[in-house]
Amino acid sequence: MYSKKLARLAFGVLAESTFKCPLTRSVSSRVNAARSLCSWTLCLHHRQKNQLSEGFSRRLTRLNVRTVSQTTVDPAEVRKFQAMASKWWDLQGDFAALHSMNDLRVPFIRDNLLNMHGIQQLGKPLAGLRILDVGCGGGVLSEPLGRLGTDVLGIDPVEDSVRTAELHSSYDPDLRERVRYQACTLEELAEEEAEGFHAVVASEVVEHLADLDAFASCCQQVLKPGGSLFITTINKTNLSYVFGIVAAEQLLRIVPSGTHDWEKFISPEDLERLLESFGFYVEAIRGMMYNPLTGAWSWQQNTAINYALHAIKCKEEPQPGQVWAESENLDKPGRATNYS
Amino acid sequence: MFTFAKARLAVLGTGRRCVALRAFSGALRGVASSESNEESSTSENQLFDVIISGGGMVGTAMACSLGLDPNLAGKKILLLEAGHKKEMDRVPETYSTRVSSISPGSATLLSGLGAWDHIANMRCKPYNKMQVWDACSDALITFDKENLQDEMAYIVENDVIVAALTKQLQTLSDHVKVQYRTKVVKYTWPRPYHVSESIPWVQVTLANGKTLHTKLLIGADGPNSMVRREAGIPTVKWNYDQSAVVAVLHLSELSDTESSLVWSTSHQHAEELLQLDEESFVDAINSAFWSNENHSELVETAGSLFRTALSVLMPDSGSARQLPPSVAGIGPKSRVMFPLGMGHATEYIRHRVAIIGDAAHRVHPLAGQGANLGFGDVAYLTKVLSQAAFNGKDLGKSMQHLLEFETERQRHNLPMMAAVDLMKRLYSTNAAPVVLLRTFGLQATNALPPLKEQIMAYASK
Repeated sequence: MYSKKLARLAFGVLAESTFKCPLTRSVSSRVNAARSLCSWTLCLHHRQKNQLSEGFSRRLTRLNVRTVSQTTVDPAEVRKFQAMASKWWDLQGDFAALHSMNDLRVPFIRDNLLNMHGIQQLGKPLAGLRILDVGCGGGVLSEPLGRLGTDVLGIDPVEDSVRTAELHSSYDPDLRERVRYQACTLEELAEEEAEGFHAVVASEVVEHLADLDAFASCCQQVLKPGGSLFITTINKTNLSYVFGIVAAEQLLRIVPSGTHDWEKFISPEDLERLLESFGFYVEAIRGMMYNPLTGAWSWQQNTAINYALHAIKCKEEPQPGQVWAESENLDKPGRATNYS
Repeated sequence: MFTFAKARLAVLGTGRRCVALRAFSGALRGVASSESNEESSTSENQLFDVIISGGGMVGTAMACSLGLDPNLAGKKILLLEAGHKKEMDRVPETYSTRVSSISPGSATLLSGLGAWDHIANMRCKPYNKMQVWDACSDALITFDKENLQDEMAYIVENDVIVAALTKQLQTLSDHVKVQYRTKVVKYTWPRPYHVSESIPWVQVTLANGKTLHTKLLIGADGPNSMVRREAGIPTVKWNYDQSAVVAVLHLSELSDTESSLVWSTSHQHAEELLQLDEESFVDAINSAFWSNENHSELVETAGSLFRTALSVLMPDSGSARQLPPSVAGIGPKSRVMFPLGMGHATEYIRHRVAIIGDAAHRVHPLAGQGANLGFGDVAYLTKVLSQAAFNGKDLGKSMQHLLEFETERQRHNLPMMAAVDLMKRLYSTNAAPVVLLRTFGLQATNALPPLKEQIMAYASK
């Protein structure tokens, strides 16, 4: 295991030049599990405790399994979802848990956007807002958002999924006007639609991506200043291995076997650090839990397995010097909003 | 003016036969009939978010309630009614015979809809006290609030309620449409799962040949509901061997005092009553109120002994007995009769369908609860649909919120219906043991104010 880490260390050093700002990641899993909300200043303290940092320069390398490529799309993942493309709307099928997750993620997105923009219109509370649904799949999340009045653009690299989504929404005239789909990748879109969206939603997507930095960079490009980024994904802990992989895939078959790769999971602290380096301010992180008996999701304090994250694109481009100053202000204890 | 409602529990008629019919259609949830020759894109004018079938009290209240909900603003709602529009500029001089007892809970709903003001301006009568007595003994029970100041409930003519709700609906005409004199001939159900080339909505075919589509169909079409029948929802129902004769009475205590009568009796006797001329009918009513012919020695003695015992134990119990009034005459042309039965749909929902009001549950009028159960359905279903719309859900598809409606309402309705049915059976006989049982029961309940308060609270919801 350690030889793997050293190899990635070496590889990572070479790749450092692709990063905008220095990125550090705590290597020890014990520190990971500490789950304290890290800002730059806190991380400095942690790094001093870290064994590997002794004697090294400030630039530590990233530990990740993703090949550092310029594209977010992982061909293996595309193949996996291609095979399941027709099953998106079978409410009792493979994607049942995603459908019931709407009970959490739609109110999460809706309420955070309402906080920022206020109710636009009775009956269509989010009218006039543009949302990008990255990795929309069959449109499971795009449709409810469309019904709330937003203009949704759903993108997915798997063409069959996009076609399923288009067919499903074609019957409803309300949705036909407001929800559009496109089979493309985020990078392709980022070139065309700079600063075009009020919000970007990437739900259950980052654990399937090839390159998170490219993803964060593209999100930053397509969002308007002050725009929101919503991510739901799975934490990288022992608990998430037991429940998210072993129990969910192999024992209870909540998701098809092989859907998730534990190595690609990311902890909220790492994700937060990543996003902050790209000019986001993480406003809330909340834990989610799935009850296999009832098939329902619920919020919880503990982010050990699933969690949802809301980040806001900072209004100004952060300068390297300014990053430190801003993070001083952000370093408030107990920052995650307490949702009930 | 002092009118109070009477629930006539002693039935002059014997023999009851209950016929339990279990209608199992054998259909799976969601009978499909895909029309492959239909265009795949329905014209947008004809696709509604909600269609309510049946414009009675409950159906019209549902339309108003959905129309006024802020989260459902912008949804297209349609109410289909086979009869003509009921408008009432002025209240007619004569009282109509069909009335309902409106509980405080229902009155709250109606005032939230803005219809209660219209009702109060037209005609309604609050009552503070209810007295129920047994024909076979001297037992009686009275329900009243502590100080006789608060109203227990209201008696309102059904026509007045519908007219008030119709008036409110007119203010919502931009997104709630109503079609009167419209009869539905066929319902076509969608498949619960997504199949390409088939329309995922409920299709409603009208008598005039037009076809409408909707995302959610609400059936409020009465006890013989076509929606329920076509959806194949199994119903537990039986006919009571009784009909109700309704009339408007002129009481002789004060002049100009009118009262409403609902007389549940056997079919044969009901027909006889309708045939009688006015005078004989009035005599029949008076003798029913005052006669002692069904009292037996045994029951009288036992009853008075029990009453003495109770008054020793609880000296303050029971308020003064009000003597039944004498009837002087009846309103012109006002006698009608209708058959009574009990019915309960085992499911209130299907994929893209919900049933409310008498279509879902039908009760004996003895407790005055039928309309109130229907209004309770309206309030809860509106709440559930409002929440679903705020969460961006498809109103008819997600069974989760419809199931919540069904569970909650069945939990409330079933105990009420069971109690009413039990009461009806208990009071349908002259057999001495049963009479004794109910005499003691009535007197004991009358002596326990906390129990009476519980009963009133449950019925007021």
